[in-house]
Amino acid sequence: MNAGLEHFLTVGALLFGLGVFAVLTRRNAVGLLMGVELILNAANLNFAAFARYVEHGIDGQVLAAFVIVLAAAEAAVALAIVLAMFRNFGTVHVDAVDRLRR
Amino acid sequence: MSENAVLQTALAILLLPIVSYVILFFFGKKLPRRGDWLGTGLLGVAWLLALRIFCHFWSVGDPQLRVHGAWPWLDLGGFRIDAGILVDGMTAVMLVVVTTISFFVHMFSIGYMHGDRRYERYFAFLGFFTFSMLGIVLSSSLFFLYVSWELVGLASYLLIGFFFHKPSAAAANKKAFLTNRVGDFGFFLGILTFFTVCGTLDYFELFAKVHQGAIGGALLTWAGIGLFMGCVGKSAQVPLHIWLPDAMEGPTPVSALIHAATMVAAGVYMVARLLPLFDPGALLVVAYTGAITAFLAATIAVVKTDIKKSLAYSTISQLGYMVMAIGVGGAAYGMFHLTTHAFFKALLFLGAGSVIHSVHSQEMPEMGGLRHKMPITFWTFLIATMAIAGVPLLSGFYSKDAILGAALSFGMLEGHFAPFLLALLAAGFTAFYMFRMVFLTFTGKPRDHHKWEHAHESPWVMAGPLVALAFLSIVSAGWRGPADGWFARFVAPYDMERVVARYGDAPAAQVAAVHETAAAHDVAEASGHGAPETHAAPETHATTDAHATTDAHDAHVEHVHHQAHLIAMFLSIAIAGLGILLSWLTYQKGRISAAAALARFPRVHNVLQNMYYFDEFYAATVYRGVLAWSRASGWFDRVVIDGIVNGCGYLTRFTSWVIGVFDLRGVDGAVNGVAWLMQGAGEGFRRVQTGRVQTYLVFVCFSVVLLIFVFRAL
Amino acid sequence: MGEHVLSWMTFAPLVGMVVIAFLPRERPTLTKVVAAAAAAVPLLLAFQVFATFDRSTAEMQFVERGSWIAPFNIEYFMGIDGLSVTMVLLTALLSFLCIIASWRIDKAVKGYFALFLLLETGMMGVFCALDFFLFYVFWEVMLLPMYFLIGIWGGPRKEYAAIKFFLYTLAGSVLMLLAMLAFYFNVRNPDTGAHTFNMLHMMDQANHSPWLQLSHVRHLIWIALFIGFAIKVPIFPFHTWLPDAHVEAPTAVSVILAGVLLKMGTYGILRISYPMLPDAALWFAYPLAILGMINIIYGALCAMAQSDMKKLVAYSSISHMGYVLLGMSAFTTQGINGAVMQMFNHGTITAMLFLCVGVIYDRAHHRDIDGFGGLGLQMPVYTSVFSLALFAALGLPGLSGFISEALVFLGAFPTYRTITIISALGIVLGAAYVLWMLQRVFLGEKNPKYDSLPDISARELATLVPIAAVVVWVGVQPSPVLDLMRVTLNNLIATVGR
Repeated sequence: MNAGLEHFLTVGALLFGLGVFAVLTRRNAVGLLMGVELILNAANLNFAAFARYVEHGIDGQVLAAFVIVLAAAEAAVALAIVLAMFRNFGTVHVDAVDRLRR
Repeated sequence: MSENAVLQTALAILLLPIVSYVILFFFGKKLPRRGDWLGTGLLGVAWLLALRIFCHFWSVGDPQLRVHGAWPWLDLGGFRIDAGILVDGMTAVMLVVVTTISFFVHMFSIGYMHGDRRYERYFAFLGFFTFSMLGIVLSSSLFFLYVSWELVGLASYLLIGFFFHKPSAAAANKKAFLTNRVGDFGFFLGILTFFTVCGTLDYFELFAKVHQGAIGGALLTWAGIGLFMGCVGKSAQVPLHIWLPDAMEGPTPVSALIHAATMVAAGVYMVARLLPLFDPGALLVVAYTGAITAFLAATIAVVKTDIKKSLAYSTISQLGYMVMAIGVGGAAYGMFHLTTHAFFKALLFLGAGSVIHSVHSQEMPEMGGLRHKMPITFWTFLIATMAIAGVPLLSGFYSKDAILGAALSFGMLEGHFAPFLLALLAAGFTAFYMFRMVFLTFTGKPRDHHKWEHAHESPWVMAGPLVALAFLSIVSAGWRGPADGWFARFVAPYDMERVVARYGDAPAAQVAAVHETAAAHDVAEASGHGAPETHAAPETHATTDAHATTDAHDAHVEHVHHQAHLIAMFLSIAIAGLGILLSWLTYQKGRISAAAALARFPRVHNVLQNMYYFDEFYAATVYRGVLAWSRASGWFDRVVIDGIVNGCGYLTRFTSWVIGVFDLRGVDGAVNGVAWLMQGAGEGFRRVQTGRVQTYLVFVCFSVVLLIFVFRAL
Repeated sequence: MGEHVLSWMTFAPLVGMVVIAFLPRERPTLTKVVAAAAAAVPLLLAFQVFATFDRSTAEMQFVERGSWIAPFNIEYFMGIDGLSVTMVLLTALLSFLCIIASWRIDKAVKGYFALFLLLETGMMGVFCALDFFLFYVFWEVMLLPMYFLIGIWGGPRKEYAAIKFFLYTLAGSVLMLLAMLAFYFNVRNPDTGAHTFNMLHMMDQANHSPWLQLSHVRHLIWIALFIGFAIKVPIFPFHTWLPDAHVEAPTAVSVILAGVLLKMGTYGILRISYPMLPDAALWFAYPLAILGMINIIYGALCAMAQSDMKKLVAYSSISHMGYVLLGMSAFTTQGINGAVMQMFNHGTITAMLFLCVGVIYDRAHHRDIDGFGGLGLQMPVYTSVFSLALFAALGLPGLSGFISEALVFLGAFPTYRTITIISALGIVLGAAYVLWMLQRVFLGEKNPKYDSLPDISARELATLVPIAAVVVWVGVQPSPVLDLMRVTLNNLIATVGR
């Protein structure tokens, strides 16, 4: 059995769905971040797959590399925010932090 | 007398009575005897001056002699009115008539009005009346004719209402003035028409213009009828005669002066004076109006029991004669009758006044047998009665006979016999009712003994004028008809050629001052002597004006006149005799029962007793109509117009209220409403803003799914 | 004084008003004397004007001129010609007599006389002003005292009457204001080229801008001016303020109202509308004649229906002002002279009538015509004077009213035949209501209720006799008055004429 583009896309979609699910349902900020990572990686997978099967170039891989770097930076910033949030509010549950709404 | 002297004398005659008025009105109470001597004296002087003018005109003997003076009075630049005085034969006669009667009435009033609380006011008013009446006589333009015309109306108003504390007098003077005003309405329109077409108000300029054909056709007829309406009002012709019987509310001497001899004759004088302004069509109206008036009034006089009312209807009837005379082409006869009538009718009224003064009643059924108690009054009254009834050798016979003759020849020439027949019948009635009056008042047994006991002959100041007037009633017979007597010297038709020569199309003549007039007259006179044929024999103007050129026709007309006058004379003697006889049989001998006659014709009696229902007719139509209109106007003004105005006010207030409400609820509401809406919306959207990223993401997901479906659908 | 006659006449009453303001309240007689003195100044000067007025020219005389509000070219420009001189004389005479007639006012004396003098200033100013803006200012100045004089010293429904009068007149003023501005922005001073309020410039058609020469514009402006003036005259159907105002106003105010204020309407038409918009005047002549006829007949009929003497006189005013309209709509020498003379004569006659009504009202405290009867015996002098006024009102020859009415008819008949014939019925109707009232009040049996009424007093007689003298004098000898106006009016007719 040869793995085709559709398989990669299916895995990507699954990953994306899991990521979205995590972002929507998780109350823990760290879990939420992990959901975001899943979404980003689903996108990476898709980039790589499209690059391999459709474009026959390296643009997709390059973009994926960018995304990985970006995700790392984002994770660093986001974790710093989570840390600050925990320090300020004593919790990492996002729905407890609705100060802006008041 | 020079022309200037004539003018000055005329002016003096005119002004003396107004001087009397002014002095008596303001200072009468302070004068000894409350000034009666002053008014009477001034009138006496005026009378002498009038006689002087009369003698002058008599001695000159030229009926075309006219003295005309004018003074600028009002000048608008392009329009001017001059105050003018015109003295000619007709004026001279009228001056004498007016001042004579006025003088005797003044004198009579000294006795009659003795002890009245407004004694001096009475003489003042008499003076004012005489002034106004002389104004009518002397005026030389329609403007001042109208002015004087209205002023006599005022004098009449004041004197009818002299006893104004009586409601009947207060109603009578208003009625007189208003009825006259209706006539004056037409008069005024006639004047306006002549002024508009001819551009002048001066008599002779108008005559010249009319003669030259500046105005003609139906317009001339209507303008003439308009002028005649003035006469209808003033001279109490049907249908505006209703005021004169009521005017008897005034003191009796006033009735003699104003409502018998002079003012009511002013209408006749006016038509005779302005004769060239009337075309045959208008004159036919004049003739019929006069004839109908003469007849209707005579029949009413038969049933009246109030001595003054009966005399009033007699006056109306005689005025009808005069008017008819002018209409049928006998203007000079009309003027003659005016003169004789003035004397004997004034005498009749003064005689009646003497009786009333003596028995304190006006009802003939309460009198009777006064003959021996008041011999002077009786005899003078009898003379006047015979004169008016048309007994030969007395003045009334000649004047009435002349009129009947003119009416008959008018019928024979023009085919209109109705005026003659009506006038003839009226003559019979006149004889009948006048003698009825004499019999009821003076002869027979006294019917009210108490009154009879107290009756007495009047003092000389009253009896004197009676005698004088009786004398004049007889003597004026000698003046005879214009055709054969010397009255012709005074009242002759205008010589139109000379009028045109002097006044036609020369606007400079309009501004003639006294001396210029005199000069112009000399010229005219010279030309008159140079061309004696312009002194045409007196002729009937209306019928013959158009055909006067052919001698044959003239001869025929002359013949008809002669014939007619003969026939008329016999007929009038016969019918007067018949009237007197019937009256004698009824009221003296009692052979014919008046009551029985009345009982046989109750309807006729009713109609006569109610004066042909003229008053009722006017009450039902004119008075009610005007009052209804006036009430309707008042209502319209109060309810509709003011209603609209107030409605506008209310509408404004209502609108402002609505706007106020709208402002409060609407505009302000809108502002608040927007805020409220925003707040509500904010309230609603606030619930969406949870602050939870997951919630937002749910929305994002749903939105994406939705968008997918949307784009798929596209 | 010689140089500023008109200013003195106009502002002497104003000075009097200021003086009155500083007088002590406890001395009412002093107030009255000061008021009379202040009103006497214009009266004396009026004699001078009458004596020295040049009757042979149509030019403006006694002219005074100076800049007032320079940025808008508004001037203090006064002067009189034959049209206004009679009105000025009338105003001076009536104002003085009215002050005498008001001697028995005892409510708020200072205020009454102060307002009265202000009113006189306004009236004089209106008749003298030759600057449209100045004219307008005086026109409005007059309104205010009138409002208070009716509203404070009036009868039972004074507030209603005062407000009605005020609103009506104000509505007219607004239209006049619009017309005035239309003129201002479309008329240029030929010397400077600037906009101007100068009436004489406005009268010169050459100064009008092209827009102002459009005929529909001119008609519109004419209508606006006409309504403004018609309310003042008053012309049917804008007349209902008049009876109310008259009935409620105190006697002297009624006199001024009928004697002078009504004339401002017709004066305005002749001073402003006619010369400034001559073509529109001709265009509107026929309707104007019809309105005149309606005023004459309708006013007379309404007068006949009244039971209140003052209302009767008020409606007779409406009827008499109709003659003015009829005369001036005819554009003939006799018509226009008759019309302006009628303005003067009506002023004097109606003043007499109102003063006479005031006399009886002071005694009997009512004016119900049917409530009297037989006063002729009780008050003979009063009866004579009142009768004279009434007969003058019904147009009896020998009294002034006749001359002007006759001239109006003589002038109008050639132009409008049917209208004049119908209008001439007014002389019958006029006689009817006058005589009917005379009969009910003075003739007949004496009403025992009034057995003790005193006859007219010397002071009252003093107010009436001068007017009566004028009425008789003008009736017998009209040329002195006609000579004043003749040249000016003939000139007006020649410029407007057909």
